[in-house]
Amino acid sequence: MQIPVVKLIDPVTMLSIGPAHYVILSAVLFCIGLFGVLAKRNAIMVLICIELMLNAVNINLVAFSKYVTPADFIGQIFAIFVITVAAAEVGLGLAIIIAIYRNKVSVNLDDFDLLKW
Amino acid sequence: MPVPVVDLSLLAPEIALAVLATAILILGLIVPKGSRFGLSWLAIVGLAGVLGITLAGWENQGTLYEGLFIVDQYAIFFKITFLVAAFLVALGSQRYIERIGDQSEYYSVLLFAALGMLVMASAGDFITLYLGLELMTIAFIILVCFNRTSARSLEAGIKYILLAGMSSAVLLYGLSLVYGLSGSVLIPEVAQAVARHPSPALILGMVMLVAGLGFKISAVPFHMWAPDIYEGAPTPITAFLAAGSKAASFAILLRIFVAALPGVWAYWTTLVAILAAVTIIVGNLVAIPQTNIKRLLAYSSIAQAGYILVGLVTAEATGVKAVMFYAFLYVFATVGAFTVASCFYSVTGSDEIKDYAGLSQRSPFMAAVMVVCMLSMAGIPPLAGFVGKFYLFATVVNDYLWLVFIGLVMSMVSVYYYLKVTLVMYRDEPVDNTPIKLSGPVAVTLLITMAATLLIGICPGPLSEAVNAAANTFFLH
Repeated sequence: MQIPVVKLIDPVTMLSIGPAHYVILSAVLFCIGLFGVLAKRNAIMVLICIELMLNAVNINLVAFSKYVTPADFIGQIFAIFVITVAAAEVGLGLAIIIAIYRNKVSVNLDDFDLLKW
Repeated sequence: MPVPVVDLSLLAPEIALAVLATAILILGLIVPKGSRFGLSWLAIVGLAGVLGITLAGWENQGTLYEGLFIVDQYAIFFKITFLVAAFLVALGSQRYIERIGDQSEYYSVLLFAALGMLVMASAGDFITLYLGLELMTIAFIILVCFNRTSARSLEAGIKYILLAGMSSAVLLYGLSLVYGLSGSVLIPEVAQAVARHPSPALILGMVMLVAGLGFKISAVPFHMWAPDIYEGAPTPITAFLAAGSKAASFAILLRIFVAALPGVWAYWTTLVAILAAVTIIVGNLVAIPQTNIKRLLAYSSIAQAGYILVGLVTAEATGVKAVMFYAFLYVFATVGAFTVASCFYSVTGSDEIKDYAGLSQRSPFMAAVMVVCMLSMAGIPPLAGFVGKFYLFATVVNDYLWLVFIGLVMSMVSVYYYLKVTLVMYRDEPVDNTPIKLSGPVAVTLLITMAATLLIGICPGPLSEAVNAAANTFFLH
């Protein structure tokens, strides 16, 4: 008896990149970022991981803008706003890290234990 | 192409506040260091002016920029709430801030935080919502670590920025999914899409949105940050964070979910009821063993968020009214209690409850304000908190009797830890018997908070009518 072969990867559809690819990429990137935020102990690494999560959002937004609402640029405009705000947030984050480094000579989150979590 | 006409009078409070904040920032660079104290008066008088403009625009409603910016009485009511909170915090914190940093920076960032809240209250789409939220959050992060020489303040700052960054990333991911599946960022259109076809991914997006906003209102299980940041931040900022940031997040939560509710009714009500119950229980029980007044008030504010969530369970007219009413009176109780704490800290350098011993002899007025504010939060008649809780629990008494029961039992539990503080203040003998002198503005702040808490409790009619009118405009769209 012959077992029917299921084609998991169809070469024709694989060649054309569709919205699903972007959404999967973005979901993977978001999860990597989320894992990093929860697992990393270095404050700068955590900031970088937050940036990864925000960039996952940007990929989503731009992809949806192209495939869902190609006539207007809502998603793209949203992405630009996200980039701008993220830049402000990272600037502030680095400033705080510098201030706390001067105070404690450490950027390890485990050393910030004056206030119990 | 015709240029759309924008009725700028609708935007007057936001424009005035932005100009004021920028002006104070610039003046702070010009004015010599010794005479910057006057800038704090400029901020306080300016805030009163913006509050006046907002009150004057009560009848002036409309929608701007094709639905991006909604000015209805619902939004105006919340704007008044935020501006009152900002005004009281600004008035009560002059002396406190003078010792730890630059007045002009502080007041300008405080005004920007208030501006973010105003934008949130009027947000009609996700981009405006996000911008308002981030303007408020980033301003708050600066304020939380404003005391640059204090390790606690900095530690609170770094915890806040990392956790706020993560929560806003989750919120944004939710927003991007909702946008992708509904094809719009306007809240009413998204709500229609949810009602038409509530696909699992769309529900996931909405859940991430709730998680992001749940962080801001410090609902359990997203509450872990609150006690640490409330304890580490300068006390006036804690008051503003507890009163303003929470009310702003409730304003936008209501706007999203009342609009989107018909589509997600089955998933929504029980979930929020459980969330509210857990928040009330955890907040009140963990508050009991606290020895630091700011941590105690932080846990009590988590419990208060739980009470306000009760109003979201039904998310219909009565619930909206109850949430608005409670958010407004909560401002006075919170700012009053935290202003007493910040004043006490300025004199004694301590936030420990045991050091409050004999406060009734050192400063009867401060002790009285603390008691009134705390009993209002506990919901003891005839104070404002009782009326607020009555409205909130009346909305769910038919469908969720167990929630009312939990609310009542936990209110009784909260009386225990509030009275513990009262007992220390009134029964124990002071170690140091010197009277505590209050500066004029702080005394005025405390007087306003106490008078408002008593007045709203004794005669809630006028506020209740204003809330009714405002909530009705909310259901017109």
